[in-house]
Amino acid sequence: MNVIDVLNQEQRKESVPEFRPGDTVKVYSKVVEGGKERVQMFEGVVTVRKGGGAQESITVRRVAHGVGVEKSFLVHSPRVDRIEVSKRGIVRRSRLYYLTEKIGKAARIKEKKAAR
Amino acid sequence: MKNILGRKVGMTSVFTDDGRYVPVTVIEAGPCTVVERRTKEKHGYESVAIAFGDIKKSRVSRALAGHYKKNDAEPKRYVREFRNDIDGIEPGQTITVASFEPGDRVDVVGISKGHGFSGGIKRHNFSGGGASHGSMIHRQPASNGDTNAGRTVKGSRRPGHFGVDRTTHQNLEIVRADAERNLLLVRGPIPGPKNALVVVRKSVKHA
Repeated sequence: MNVIDVLNQEQRKESVPEFRPGDTVKVYSKVVEGGKERVQMFEGVVTVRKGGGAQESITVRRVAHGVGVEKSFLVHSPRVDRIEVSKRGIVRRSRLYYLTEKIGKAARIKEKKAAR
Repeated sequence: MKNILGRKVGMTSVFTDDGRYVPVTVIEAGPCTVVERRTKEKHGYESVAIAFGDIKKSRVSRALAGHYKKNDAEPKRYVREFRNDIDGIEPGQTITVASFEPGDRVDVVGISKGHGFSGGIKRHNFSGGGASHGSMIHRQPASNGDTNAGRTVKGSRRPGHFGVDRTTHQNLEIVRADAERNLLLVRGPIPGPKNALVVVRKSVKHA
């Protein structure tokens, strides 16, 4: 393996939970506020998951106080503490850009129920 | 001494300790051996010559081999002189990336990539003519100047050979220095193709 591949491999986190667009996740990121570091949680639907290796990023969307908010995170960033999957969704696309135009009930995503 | 010779490996991005994801160029630098110390009394100026890169012994000329032998150093492929930040460096010493720290500023010298015979757009950032509506001047140099002058002004920018020039990028930030693997990670691009020799010097602009 060449040096660059080794460096990229080292940047990656050892374990990232399995999830895909349509799933609802909680992203715990570290933020520095007033000189102090604390962990902030952002929960929403994964609309985009793109890039490979250490560069992999996700976009998470939620509607907060009636306003749509999208945040993107670098999955392997040390600033992202951890990611938890809270719901599995059924979607037929890998990029859920259509959610931006939908509001309320139309923006729902069917939930995948765990097999019994 | 924050001067070293290395080989450009390529580019990637890394996370810094404060969480930024920055583009870096990876340089495989050193270990370099100091082969000569030049002094004001003997040579008229102060400098240090360091050598880098493996070479077959049979490829070294007798004259050069003697030069290395005089200073008790193994023959290497490249030798370059440095005149700044050389206090206390003596022949026989080894220079590694351990003397660099994240946040240091350096200048990187390389031979830029060859582009062959290139037009004004690529070579001098000319804007070019219109693509359509019958402009008929697409990527041409167009006007060569004033007709009253009746001649072409000297030094005007023209198509011609582009690249393969000695190029210096100044004031680049060291993102990481990996002494175990002899790697130096410099923020942003540096001149030259992969596997080319690059000279890393202490920045002249940054105090």
